[in-house]
Amino acid sequence: MELNQMKRQINFARNSLFEQGYLDEQFTQLEDLQDDANPNFVEEIVTLFFSDSMRLIRNVETALENYPTDFCKLDDYMHQFMGSSSSIGAKKVKEECTQFQECCRVRNTEGCRRAFQRVKQEHATLKRKLETYFQVSF
Amino acid sequence: MEMMNICCDQITSSNSKELHVLAVDDSNIDRKVIERLLKVSSFKVTVVDSGSRALQYLGLGLEEDDHSTRFDDLKVNLIMTDYSMPGMTGFELLKKIKNSSTLREIPVVIMSSENILTRIDRCLEEGAEDYLLKPVKLSDVTRLKDSILKTENTGTNRLQSYTRKRKRNDDVLPASVCGHQDLSMSPPSSSQTSPTRARL
Repeated sequence: MELNQMKRQINFARNSLFEQGYLDEQFTQLEDLQDDANPNFVEEIVTLFFSDSMRLIRNVETALENYPTDFCKLDDYMHQFMGSSSSIGAKKVKEECTQFQECCRVRNTEGCRRAFQRVKQEHATLKRKLETYFQVSF
Repeated sequence: MEMMNICCDQITSSNSKELHVLAVDDSNIDRKVIERLLKVSSFKVTVVDSGSRALQYLGLGLEEDDHSTRFDDLKVNLIMTDYSMPGMTGFELLKKIKNSSTLREIPVVIMSSENILTRIDRCLEEGAEDYLLKPVKLSDVTRLKDSILKTENTGTNRLQSYTRKRKRNDDVLPASVCGHQDLSMSPPSSSQTSPTRARL
């Protein structure tokens, strides 16, 4: 039956996001807050996350281009990025943010640049996967 | 202890007034999440994005006699604030509230993504009710609600606060009571309690 197959697909997609480490328990916490009166809560939060993070990414890119590197500012942006990643359960993004913060801490500009590339990669991957996921769930 | 819980349940069922929480966070995502967590837990919620807006809402800065015009439904039973905010930090907000004769009785809970024991200690010393590690979970809010209800119903704010601070110094928790938070971030020599535990 088509409906059962769709449900299986959704479950499979969801489970692999967790198994592959893209999402952690916090995402489940958000799902638990969803109900019939608020059926799109998770999607709304995820939407907010991506609009916020796009802005932060632009800010970090600009800051990385400036000389001398303002590590305080970078750390501040990353703290925000980390915070929102954590709030939606974006596990891999959060991990890369931690790496970036470490480079900030030791004031390594090149390290920050490389770490930031990885942050952007994980962010883009998660975005793709969640866009697919939410489409499938409709 | 069980008797106390039953007593509280009876009181809440006959009391139709919801507890009102003022939540303060500069992150729009975290504001949305905390609002939902609180609503799901049957709190009335007001959310603001800064410490200064929180103080505005609480009426700090109004003339003393203006307090006579405040309506009961604006009364705040609990303040939950993020620690790291631009401008006024959650810690600074906490201090201002505890230094205010009109607001100091309102319990204040600090929320932070950072598990820094010295920070936690400072907040508790300054009079914070609890320090929650972000991301805040439904179980944190439920636990908070239980303790706030007890405080509201027995009216022994100060005594419990004193008891909590004393308990914190000589407590060693059984594993089942500890939060799930990663304790490996705490210094290994620390005999302090898990920061996610309600000190209530």
